[in-house]
Amino acid sequence: MDQKKYKGEKKIDLYINIIILIFVLLTGIAAVWLRNLVASAMLLGIYSLLMATLWVVLDAVDVAFTEAAVGAGITTALLLFSIWLTGKHEKKSTKKPWLPLIGVIATGGLLIFGTIGMPDFGDPNAPAHLHVAPYYLQYSVSQTTSPNVVTAVLASYRGFDTLGEVTVIFTAGIGVLALLTGLRRRRRSQKLEIKK
Amino acid sequence: MDILEQLNYWAAISLAMVGLFTIMSRGHLIKKLIGLSLFQTSVFLLFITIGKLSGGTAPIISKDFLYYSNPLPHVLILTAIVVSIATLAVGLALSVAIKRTYGTGEDDELEDLDRNEGEP
Repeated sequence: MDQKKYKGEKKIDLYINIIILIFVLLTGIAAVWLRNLVASAMLLGIYSLLMATLWVVLDAVDVAFTEAAVGAGITTALLLFSIWLTGKHEKKSTKKPWLPLIGVIATGGLLIFGTIGMPDFGDPNAPAHLHVAPYYLQYSVSQTTSPNVVTAVLASYRGFDTLGEVTVIFTAGIGVLALLTGLRRRRRSQKLEIKK
Repeated sequence: MDILEQLNYWAAISLAMVGLFTIMSRGHLIKKLIGLSLFQTSVFLLFITIGKLSGGTAPIISKDFLYYSNPLPHVLILTAIVVSIATLAVGLALSVAIKRTYGTGEDDELEDLDRNEGEP
């Protein structure tokens, strides 16, 4: 690939990325701004779908699939279900927002100061591209016969990570079940007391 | 240093700060969880941006391409997305349980109820 073509492709990637980022920021801010929680949940779904588009632009196709299914699908369904159970209107908060605002601006300023040392967008000499990634890209087909490197790393090289992830999902499932069924039992015993 | 080159990091930081501000300043428990999921996606944005290689393509090995983006951040973020839905599910179950027990989902009302219960 010659140098000129390389530069041109870089610009296009960057511009599409920035245009989608603007939409992502707008929907994200709108999702937390609104006081109607159903509208918030729907906007969060749109936000996740835009994020999935952004992942495709940034070459992370597997992440895009997962984000579209989990972020835009399951998250929205779970949110709508729990809003249905708890009521959709948010009360206007009586707390003064000044202390959180100062804290957030200070933290954000420090973090932006920290990005001075970060590599440019898509820089091929960034430290992240020089460490272990070239090994995966070079040997994954011969060692695991999977042409998709993400699958190879997820299931083979970092299989223990995936085991830990499954453990987290199992624990979360037990937690949700314990929270919701324990509640039903307590309510039934309260009803029995009232009858007595 | 070009400003446009650093824009992804700044967008990730602003999303994280919007999420953090929502968690600290809004009273409704479900709105706090929405802020938490904004914070989580901002971290995903940071990682995927670091993994991007300009002129590269998705890391699926083929004869037609020479340059691929870094697959390692993609794997880490796949795990993180699934963990984020797990934490969100537990948080939502907790807020449903709180709503059923206390009858409200606003944190200042919850504080008042707890305080009144302490002094009979």
